[in-house]
Amino acid sequence: MAEDNGEKKGAGLLDRIRQDVADLKEVVKEKGKDELESLKEPEKTQLFRSIFRVKHDETPRNRALSVLSNVFFHLHPAKVNRDAVKYKFTWGMGGITFYLFIVLTFTGVLLMFYYHPSKVQAFRDILYLENDVPFGKLLRNMHRWAAHLMIIAVWLHMFRVFLTGSYKRPREFNWCIGVLLMVLTLLLSFTGYLLPDDQLGFWAVTVGTNMARATPLLGTEGPFGALLGMTPYNDVRFALLGGSIVDANALLRAYIWHCIAIPLIASIFMALHFWRVRKDGGISGPAPVMLESEIKEEKGHRPVILRPSGVQ
Amino acid sequence: MRRRVIWGMIYGYLGINLLMFLRFFFPRALYEPNTVFNIGYPADFSLGIDQRYLMTNRVWIIREPDRIFVIFARCTHLGCTPEWKSSENKFKCPCHGSGYDSEGVNFEGPAPRPMDRARVDKDATGKLIVDTSRLYMDDPRAGVNQFNDPGAYLPV
Repeated sequence: MAEDNGEKKGAGLLDRIRQDVADLKEVVKEKGKDELESLKEPEKTQLFRSIFRVKHDETPRNRALSVLSNVFFHLHPAKVNRDAVKYKFTWGMGGITFYLFIVLTFTGVLLMFYYHPSKVQAFRDILYLENDVPFGKLLRNMHRWAAHLMIIAVWLHMFRVFLTGSYKRPREFNWCIGVLLMVLTLLLSFTGYLLPDDQLGFWAVTVGTNMARATPLLGTEGPFGALLGMTPYNDVRFALLGGSIVDANALLRAYIWHCIAIPLIASIFMALHFWRVRKDGGISGPAPVMLESEIKEEKGHRPVILRPSGVQ
Repeated sequence: MRRRVIWGMIYGYLGINLLMFLRFFFPRALYEPNTVFNIGYPADFSLGIDQRYLMTNRVWIIREPDRIFVIFARCTHLGCTPEWKSSENKFKCPCHGSGYDSEGVNFEGPAPRPMDRARVDKDATGKLIVDTSRLYMDDPRAGVNQFNDPGAYLPV
């Protein structure tokens, strides 16, 4: 009885599969034909449409897709709470800092076309940029002022985050990344100081790296430094300068840290920073809150309840 | 077990690479002025402060009636090079304003101690050899005064 039933069922299934395969064959045949036709007429391909984008309908779905499917925007949330972007809350300082970083990267790369990081030429190149290179003075001043502004914007951003309590749960990790980014910004500023190779930068770096002598353990004049065998020729200052005095090696090292290494490290941390902003509940406003009723609906699995501080 | 061995090898490899990376930042050969140099005979120096070797070797040679010593021209505050102001009879640091008297002893500004003195010796021919990699300091806070040690000055 049971066997008989199974046999019948099996037969029915087999027939259905046969029918499906036959249908599929037809479909594939037609598709193949279409493809063959399109190959004969290459101007009818999607190639140009794929390069020169077309305007899509302004539907909410398309607007969300334009963010989600774009490599440059995909870190950004597809939708932002209307209240979260109020300048009253955000001051826009994080965005301004990022904008200034882009400006600095762009003007910095342009300046690199004329600058040689060597003792003989560095200061001459600065004079050349200032006095003879077309738009050189403008570029150099843009780089300089954007650098000053970036330091100010970073501090104001940190101040705003502190005032709105945005360093609290669940944003602690992002606060730490932010502190690291602030230190990297200061290091960028410091390493850029030496590059003109003028008196101001030279003595500023002399003073700055002399402070590194007092590093605990790693500096020759720092606590426990001498005990660990640190001398002016093997301590942390020596590694920074590539020598015991601020000279050609120090200039080249400052240049490489300034133009390549620190921007690279900072970019990685920036990507992390922006990603975490989104994951931790957006650019401003309280941390995501779950209502009691929402929690009861989901049974078996207890979500983490995130409450703004002060709410029990 | 096998997985742990493989991961151990990978971490070991990366660790050794990190050490190489760190060591890479400490060059062996330096193209810097030699720290040991010859400044000639004691008789070449008249009483007072001599600036001949300031630009090349960062030192002042101080000749007193009974001795000669060498001040390493580095401010003890944050390492700038002070300037000798003969009209005011003092060394003045342009960075943060530390002042030192004609023997390099601090009396104004943020400097915590007198300027260090470099080792000075006489070689077999009677010429003076200075070594700025061997400094003698007088640090009242640490209770160390090496200015009267042999090598910190040369009786003449």
